[in-house]
Amino acid sequence: MNAILPWAIDFALLCFTLAMGCALLRLLRGPTAQDRVLAVDTLYFSGMLTVLTLGIDFRSMIYFDIALLMALFGFVSSTAMAKFLLRGEVIEP
Amino acid sequence: MKQQPLLAVLGVFLTVMWLLLNDSLSVGQLALGALCAALISFAVARLRPLRARPRRLHLAIGLLFQVGLDIIRSNLAVGRLILSTSHRSPHSAFIQIPLELRDPHGLAILSLIVTATPGTVWSGHDADHNVLTLHVLDLQDEAIWVHTIKQRYERPLMEIFE
Amino acid sequence: MNAASVPLWAALPAALLLVCGGLITLIGALGLLRFDAFYARLHAPTMGTTLGAGCVLLASILVFSALAQRPVLHEVLITVCLLITSPITTMLLMRAALLRRQG
Repeated sequence: MNAILPWAIDFALLCFTLAMGCALLRLLRGPTAQDRVLAVDTLYFSGMLTVLTLGIDFRSMIYFDIALLMALFGFVSSTAMAKFLLRGEVIEP
Repeated sequence: MKQQPLLAVLGVFLTVMWLLLNDSLSVGQLALGALCAALISFAVARLRPLRARPRRLHLAIGLLFQVGLDIIRSNLAVGRLILSTSHRSPHSAFIQIPLELRDPHGLAILSLIVTATPGTVWSGHDADHNVLTLHVLDLQDEAIWVHTIKQRYERPLMEIFE
Repeated sequence: MNAASVPLWAALPAALLLVCGGLITLIGALGLLRFDAFYARLHAPTMGTTLGAGCVLLASILVFSALAQRPVLHEVLITVCLLITSPITTMLLMRAALLRRQG
């Protein structure tokens, strides 16, 4: 009965990997630039969830800090790219 | 003098964040967090030309629960739409909603709520006429959406911020 | 893997939450592929960033609280951070798409 948690962790990791695959396909195929930015955002986000799940798997709290940093960097990078699409420059004078 | 309560709210929020980040409740961390929070909230007060005056904060708790419930509900709806086998594409459209809420902080929170709920994205706001443009993924009845946004979210936000 | 085992009262709901979170994130990413208009695609990943992330973070809180025998709540920080930041990206992308369509 106690094998249910490792099984669930494996299942969740599989789901996140498939989600990253979908986002990668959209990144390669996306007709417009904003599609690609959206795909990168989804990739970053699925990566963050993967790191969190691995943290549960290894019973280590260090993964929490990595996940927090990934969430922040994902936000900064995709916002910078979206802003570039919107205005043509990231930091306005 | 009117700004004092808000500074306290920001300070308490930052202290709680600090304690969560360090994952401890020791006296040393509490003191350090409170010191940092006080310094940051005084520094930030100079950067904000505009101040929110939230009142009746107890209404915010009810709003938070409502938003959580709606997020779960609309997640299910959008999931069903994605997994539906029929190959019709969803009837997505932009709708215009005239708003009465004027406070910029209230509008900012309304935009976060609307966008965080799957199925609707805030896609523009006309400041002159105070009209919100909303993109809805699967539009069936426009009047229901207008009614939902106005009754469920705008009313409590107006009571909190105005 | 660490030998420390999670008690059943935490393992069962955590497993359920992990499965739910994984499925919801996967469905959101599938929507990214399935819809044919960009405006429709923009809605799909929101599923993952709200309920999917919420499930995984709740599972993480449960497991670590059970292991440490005290409430470990710091995953709440990621939830707050995601709830504030992910709508901003979505709104910026929506406005960029509207602008680029006109231009």
